[in-house]
Amino acid sequence: MINYFSIAVIPLMFFGIITYGFMQRVKMFDSFLAGAKDGLETSVRILPSLVALLTAISMFKASGALDILTRLSLPVLQLIKLPKEVAPLAFMRPISGSGSLAIVETIFKDYGPDSLAGRVASVMMGSTETTFYTLTVYFGSVNVKDTRYTVKAALAADLFGMIASVWIVRMFFY
Amino acid sequence: MINYIWGALMLISLVTAFFTGRLEAVTKAAMEGAGEAVSMSLSLLGVICLWTGMMKIAEEGGLINLFAKLLKPVIKFLFPGLPPNSSAADAIVMNMMANILGMANAATPLGLKAMKELDRLKKSSRASDEMCLFVVINTASLQLIPSTLIAMRGGSQNAFEIIIPVWIASFLTLTVGIIAAKILSLRE
Repeated sequence: MINYFSIAVIPLMFFGIITYGFMQRVKMFDSFLAGAKDGLETSVRILPSLVALLTAISMFKASGALDILTRLSLPVLQLIKLPKEVAPLAFMRPISGSGSLAIVETIFKDYGPDSLAGRVASVMMGSTETTFYTLTVYFGSVNVKDTRYTVKAALAADLFGMIASVWIVRMFFY
Repeated sequence: MINYIWGALMLISLVTAFFTGRLEAVTKAAMEGAGEAVSMSLSLLGVICLWTGMMKIAEEGGLINLFAKLLKPVIKFLFPGLPPNSSAADAIVMNMMANILGMANAATPLGLKAMKELDRLKKSSRASDEMCLFVVINTASLQLIPSTLIAMRGGSQNAFEIIIPVWIASFLTLTVGIIAAKILSLRE
């Protein structure tokens, strides 16, 4: 049932959008092209940072530094039952969007998207945002320096989200 | 901050590789990582364009406005200090709807507009409670379909199986963020 629903979400959305587009007489093909061009631009724009970050992350892994860091943080990881393969994502997620994409890609490649690590990484990636980036851009735009409790509240939510991702994946799939 | 992290990653890798005798492996990993970034971008490009294309149709049809009305009561509840028909409330509603629908290109400008309107309403130079809460909401993920993630899960038996767990996790995370913000604002 849940499985069927997950599969039906996207066809239903497409059906809804196209039907709505007809009703509103949107020039759909033209709009689609304009939107796809935005997507292309976004992809090209993040490519340089993906190159920089995937290079650094593969080097960090190949040098053995990642193993050392993971071994050092093992007690904390066990405390929140976080699979150790996902730990780098937990550090990177609030800081950089393309950095976390690069880590998720590495996890999928090494362990597969259907592994425990792959699923936890997916849920963590999907349920949290690039907190520091958002904070900087939003408050920076109005030039507010004293952000009071925003960082605390946002990071509390992130930490909770990371722990919750592990619980939810374990409950859903295992 | 990312500048330091990136630099530290590179330096630590090189120094560790020197001591573990893995300099050759690290050089190889650098070349592979760079190449992989390009193949990853290329393999995702089609799905991302498909998605942004579909969402543009919804955007130009006015879908954000249509659904935004549904969020009005939620905004009233979350931002009791805000006049319900102010342009700040409107911008917040539109920003949240654009986020839910995954229209990142539309969400950020709307969010910045909301910040500008909130800035006009605030009384001191510090962030207002409304601003803090609004930013906290934006640092949580509201997106209904995590399209990039699903595209990346291409090698999965069922790339979509994570949608419902993501919804539950997002909702809980957002709730914790809102509660944390509300409690912290009372304590100050």
